[in-house]
Amino acid sequence: MKRLVALAAAAGLALTAGAFAQAPNFDDPEEFAKQREQLTATPMGPEGMPWEQYLIDTMADTSAHAKEGPYTVCFSNAGVNNPWRVVGYTNMTEEVALHEEIGEFIHVDAEGSDDKQIADIDDLLAGGNCDILIVSPNTTAALTPAVEKACAQLPVIVFDRGVNTDCPVTFIHPVGGYGFGIQGAEFIAENVEPGANVLMLRILPGVDVLETRYSAGRRILEEAGLNIVGAEFTDGDNAKTKSIVEDYLARGTIDAVWMDAGATAVAAVEAFEDGGYDIPVFVGEDQQDFLRKWQDLGMTAIAPTYPTYQWRTPIIAAVRILQGEEVPGPEWVLPQPAVTQENLEAMVNPAMPPLHYAMCGCEEMPNYPQAWGGQ
Amino acid sequence: MSENALPHEPARPRRALPQINPVYFVLAALIVAIIVQNPAFVEPTGYMNFLKRAAPLAILAAGQLYVIVSGGFDLSVGSLITLVVVGSSMLTNNDPNATWWVIAVMFGIGLGVGLINGLVVCYLKVPSLIATLGMMITLNGLALMWSGGAPRGYLPDSFRFFGRFNFTDLPVIRILPVAIIVLVVAGFVLYWFMHRTNFGRLLHAIGDNPRAARLAGVPVNRVRISAFVVSSLSAVVAGILLGGFAGVSTDVGLGYELQAITATVLGGAQLLGGRGSVPAAIAGALTLMAIFTLLNFLGLPQPVRQVVQGLILILAVAATVYRQRRAGR
Amino acid sequence: MTDAALPRPRAGLRFERWAPALLLVVALLLYVLIAVGTGQSRYLTWDNLISVLGRSIALGLTAIGQTFAILVASIDLSVASLISATAVLASVVMNGDPAMILPASIAVLALGAIVGLVNGVLVAKLEINPLIATLGMSLVIQGCLSAFVSNFAGSVPVEFQYFAYGTLFGLPFSLIFMILLALAAWFILRLTRFGSDVYSVGGNREAARLAGIKTARVVIGAHLICSLCAAIAGLYLASRLRSGAPWIGADGVYDLESIAVVVIGGTVLAGGRGGIWGTMAGVMIFSLIDSIFNIAGVDAFAKQVLRGIIIVAAVAFYAVRSRRLVA
Repeated sequence: MKRLVALAAAAGLALTAGAFAQAPNFDDPEEFAKQREQLTATPMGPEGMPWEQYLIDTMADTSAHAKEGPYTVCFSNAGVNNPWRVVGYTNMTEEVALHEEIGEFIHVDAEGSDDKQIADIDDLLAGGNCDILIVSPNTTAALTPAVEKACAQLPVIVFDRGVNTDCPVTFIHPVGGYGFGIQGAEFIAENVEPGANVLMLRILPGVDVLETRYSAGRRILEEAGLNIVGAEFTDGDNAKTKSIVEDYLARGTIDAVWMDAGATAVAAVEAFEDGGYDIPVFVGEDQQDFLRKWQDLGMTAIAPTYPTYQWRTPIIAAVRILQGEEVPGPEWVLPQPAVTQENLEAMVNPAMPPLHYAMCGCEEMPNYPQAWGGQ
Repeated sequence: MSENALPHEPARPRRALPQINPVYFVLAALIVAIIVQNPAFVEPTGYMNFLKRAAPLAILAAGQLYVIVSGGFDLSVGSLITLVVVGSSMLTNNDPNATWWVIAVMFGIGLGVGLINGLVVCYLKVPSLIATLGMMITLNGLALMWSGGAPRGYLPDSFRFFGRFNFTDLPVIRILPVAIIVLVVAGFVLYWFMHRTNFGRLLHAIGDNPRAARLAGVPVNRVRISAFVVSSLSAVVAGILLGGFAGVSTDVGLGYELQAITATVLGGAQLLGGRGSVPAAIAGALTLMAIFTLLNFLGLPQPVRQVVQGLILILAVAATVYRQRRAGR
Repeated sequence: MTDAALPRPRAGLRFERWAPALLLVVALLLYVLIAVGTGQSRYLTWDNLISVLGRSIALGLTAIGQTFAILVASIDLSVASLISATAVLASVVMNGDPAMILPASIAVLALGAIVGLVNGVLVAKLEINPLIATLGMSLVIQGCLSAFVSNFAGSVPVEFQYFAYGTLFGLPFSLIFMILLALAAWFILRLTRFGSDVYSVGGNREAARLAGIKTARVVIGAHLICSLCAAIAGLYLASRLRSGAPWIGADGVYDLESIAVVVIGGTVLAGGRGGIWGTMAGVMIFSLIDSIFNIAGVDAFAKQVLRGIIIVAAVAFYAVRSRRLVA
């Protein structure tokens, strides 16, 4: 057993040496300020269609990629391993159905593995006859070489997470994690007294989009002089979330709950309900179950979003690029609205499944709501 | 995997003090430590909440024990939990009156899964590790296919009653979660079958020496298949409790198979068969939960919890091996 | 798990020998049929064949080691965590500096050796059930790793990316490397004393002990090889992903998949029978299954269902004829 401990210590020491110096910066004041500005900026593009809007006004020239249809559009997906990606992928396939120019849509799913996604992209390049490649990277760093290799052969669109290269024609994403964190934390700061107790619930460490949400949220809560009683990881597990909140309630009061993602928000609310406590100020996300709870209980809440309508945009961009039209690039920044008391009524739809993301921009699409599991 | 070719000598009960399984001492020590850390634990809400959270794992561990005693493993229980929760939400469709028949259907599914596991192991001769691994992957895929990858419906309150509801305003204990009643009932049934019936004795005999059991006329296959069925049914109960406690998600059951095996090991069960006790397995599950709770109260981050869990797992088995050696093989 | 000593008919032995090749041919035929049947014969090129073979290098490297562990009637569930740990260690030590490639590789192999030794000692000396011993080990490694690193850490220099992306004689270097490693494993198993000891110990540990084989040493040796192979797989992934992150091993499910591949390749979970070429066939079958799913456009959830059934069916294909009881 001694050996085991020694091993653990040795491995630990070896790793600490370089790891900290290398840790990516998830608390970048410049990016924070930029995203804070973008949240309130007026988007350009068609009114009421946020998936075609953009916040940065530089365009990428795509005339070199123009060709005759029908097009073969290939998509390497990191996975559909969570409800957000399920809703997003449905948006995407429904968007494909709207475009007659697309002859074939080839989709490969890496099931959440970097290694597999790299192999998938290789396969597509070797035999897919793709006219354009859309990539939703599983992780930023790991997929960079594969995307670079693809760029050499055909136009590439990256969305959701980015890659460390600017070779893709455009990188489509909403404002970002800092923006998400800012919206929620500012709402809390406005609705509780200074010194109030805030519990921060996080899914897991290390994921870029979640780390930035947290750092931005924490920064604002601290600036507002609030007392952060804890920041706990829930693993996105309902039972664990509920247990954590119950434990905190057993030890003291909670005036507000901030969450970095809303899939377990209802479980957190239930902990208050079941224990007979008043529901505090809540930050959730745009899942239908949370919005319904919010409406039913008349909570004081906000739901920042990481809009799933961003899955429509790559298809729109792909068609435009292959027709030689210009698209926002090298970055296509989509607006990132939040669900608030004002628009809650419009976003709640009891016909939709509990983890349907309300900000899907899909209500007007032909197969809504059945394709998304609605009734 | 290393099964000694020499048959075990039946551990003859020597004339000694009745041996108490060390897991009970460990559990008691942990609970004392928790109380020291957090005096609120002695309040009914404290320990009742603890038991309520531990109930699914405890039932699961008691069911898993049947397969372990018979000499196998059941890795499919975690995915089965997910299938039960997701499937129930699909079928009930938010209709409170659907609860009872949906629960019946879920037990039917559990029965089917257990039967298939058992048949594949006994007749196709696939080692249980691989057979139930395949089942684990398949069931998870089925749950996702059924729901399209995300939960499609809510569970009505009548379904969630078992995992969520607390009786309140009771004398002395003040609150009593329904989940604890389920735990006591399920625990007693599993205890009775394992330790008070012929079935339990046959199970031990098969796990101890399958060839000898077969030569002695034990219906080996039937008993082993029943063990897989018991494990699957216990997973259905655990699924109903978990879905009730926390609602629907597509990864509720994740990791429960290893936790259940860990719990039985902490309870002193002998892997690859022949020995195990239901109360000790339940105590093992409570011990595991107590360790998590304690580490939580101490404010230790997740990685440390993992390390501790790993070390405890190794130590528990090492201790069991040591005790057996000393007891004289 | 039991009764490994029952006499087996010769015909059965021959069947088991050729079964992996048979399964591989079936998988290959399916691939061709589906590609032709769906009008996608463009997938039937040399380039594509190479790309299919190169899909699962990390799995292949790990499975070569896992074969040793399973042959001695043990098993190793710690490979996935070890892969993450070694990939991170490699990229942190290299940190973009080509001069550090050698020290990093040595550090990685040393870590692999230590883990393998500890696993081996726990299993062989302390007689802890290998599933539990290596599962515990896996938790310990993963915990230590995540305590210090929570994201991609460090980076590998461009030169080191040759391991994953370079080509030699028109073939991917990594593919050639995996084949060489498999050859080395075959050599050890078939032509050395240690190799024959592995089979004896796996077949019947007690008999091997009575025959004067130092069984504990053999088991420890097998675990050493297993962990070293996982460490190499970690190096490969660091090269392929340009960096290491604490989740890459778990995300790739290399623990369970490597076991599945070894067993599909005809190595018996109870130990003592099987070999490296079966494992290689198993790896290729897995790659082909993946590619078949991709070209047939099977959705991600149906993939899981099919994969689960295929694993069980493939193992049943060997096992159903056996008259032994299995655990």
